[in-house]
Amino acid sequence: MNKTNATALAFAAGFAGLSPAPAQAGDPNLARNLSATCANCHGTNGRSLGGMESLAGVDKNKLLDKLKAFRSDAKPATIMHQISKGYSEEQLDLIAGWFAAQK
Amino acid sequence: MRQFDRREFLRAAGGAGAMAALYGCGVAGSKASGHVVVVGGGYGGATAAKYLRMWSQGSVEVTLIERNPRFVSCPISNLVIAGEKTLAEITVGYEGLQKYGVKLVHGDVVAVDADRRSLKLASGDTLSWDRLVLAPGIDFMYYSLPGLDNAAAQETILHAWKAGAQTLALRKQLQAMPDGGIYALCVPKAPYRCPPGPYERASLVAWYFKQNKPRSKVLILDANEDIVSKRGLFMKAWADAYAGIIEYRAQSELRDVDVANRTAILEFDKVKADVLNVVPPQRAGSIALQAGLIDVNQRWCSVDWLSMESTAARGIHVLGDACFPAPAMPKSGHMANQHAKLAAAAILNLLAGQRPSDQPMVVNTCYSFVDNRNVIHVASVHAYDAQARTLQPVKGAGGLSSAPNEMEGKFALAWARNIWADMLG
Ligand code: HEC
Repeated sequence: MNKTNATALAFAAGFAGLSPAPAQAGDPNLARNLSATCANCHGTNGRSLGGMESLAGVDKNKLLDKLKAFRSDAKPATIMHQISKGYSEEQLDLIAGWFAAQK
Repeated sequence: MRQFDRREFLRAAGGAGAMAALYGCGVAGSKASGHVVVVGGGYGGATAAKYLRMWSQGSVEVTLIERNPRFVSCPISNLVIAGEKTLAEITVGYEGLQKYGVKLVHGDVVAVDADRRSLKLASGDTLSWDRLVLAPGIDFMYYSLPGLDNAAAQETILHAWKAGAQTLALRKQLQAMPDGGIYALCVPKAPYRCPPGPYERASLVAWYFKQNKPRSKVLILDANEDIVSKRGLFMKAWADAYAGIIEYRAQSELRDVDVANRTAILEFDKVKADVLNVVPPQRAGSIALQAGLIDVNQRWCSVDWLSMESTAARGIHVLGDACFPAPAMPKSGHMANQHAKLAAAAILNLLAGQRPSDQPMVVNTCYSFVDNRNVIHVASVHAYDAQARTLQPVKGAGGLSSAPNEMEGKFALAWARNIWADMLG
């Protein structure tokens, strides 16, 4: 997305918006809950039926590298650059760890 | 009248061993117990039912009440109207929920008693709950359009805004329309279900006309000040592909309909069409009204965004299009699915005597087809803002496609397959 679009969207929304929240330790379900926000596209528990990559059981560092590359616009994408920017690095770390553990 | 008892439920739920295989690893044993009744098996309700069972590892009983025998998706239904997909391809059965031990009841809820924590079905059966999830979708405010406020009129002037029989009926009207005819689409004032949906529909009908009835026109009569969603992208797509076919008129709110003459009555104008398609103004589904949960503008249900619990009645959680939305939050199937997961996590905490998570997040994506292959999206990520006590869009995240493209045409269909499985598979 270009800057004009982003600004237009923010204005259309009429809100300055939030910055990504730091993940808090102590909630045993936080990683599970955050990962569930990806499941619409990547399949329940990261098991895709096709057309989008499965995330279940993928090496944590591989996932994190890709997510960070999306987040910094280094990896070309149709949508993941926009979605990954909604999460803090700590949250992405939790999410990558959770999907990696789904065997 | 009878109650569904626990043994009957457990029989329906299947063996514990089979269940463990579904729940996967990495989840600590849940202490949650009790009975959750979910009313409405759409994008929100079906997802909630499945995730409550999956995340509780079967320790919470879940009954899903749905009036339709099968789920028919609104997203992708505009492709059926354009003749690019069949109704069968956007229809999914409820069988998949059996393996999670969701007890399915096909029926209509006629009364909800929040104090007694029980509800009554049209069959006369009653059900009681520890927590109730209401995912009733929308109902149409036909009383604001007197000419359409009867069943016969509604069979002629279609909405096709709930997928199913109306989707096919609109397809037939378009097929029967002679070349050179006018298809007029009336868009209600926001908020309504699926903000980009009307503009996607206009695009796809124009695409169908271009292939099959090239002298025909698409006229959009929009009650809003301007195109509500993906404005620049739709305008560019229309200029590039449908110049001379699509005409867009802003600030053209429908006041009434002359059904016999297929005429839209606006404030200062009357527009006669060959096919008139009216998306009526909407409010939360009727059962929310009966249950006393509609507390915003006599239309929507406001909720606590940490749990989706109604602000009008304790112990009842409202999902999806029926909710009064948080800032910049659209009424979409994707969003309803996310509401469902937020609610499921919160309900399991509450049933285990714990507070819901204080940092929920939800994501939205709406893919729209501008022809049979090219797609544009709008996406947003929303996080809880403790000060404002609502979900707010995350700064710097989300956005739009740069242009219609075929790659996202493939992703849109993959999205549909995966989200249908996420709720029902
Ligand atoms: C709206 C659908 C959608 C959602 C929601 C979504 N993704 Fe994606 N994801 C995609 C698409 C499409 C791609 C392909 C890259 C692109 O075009 O953006 C992708 C690619 C990826 C990849 C790279 C896969 C590979 O091996 O190349 C990873 C990793 C990923 N997503 C992780 C996530 C995570 C984690 C979340 C949740 C925080 C998430 N996605 C949410 C649609 C989605």
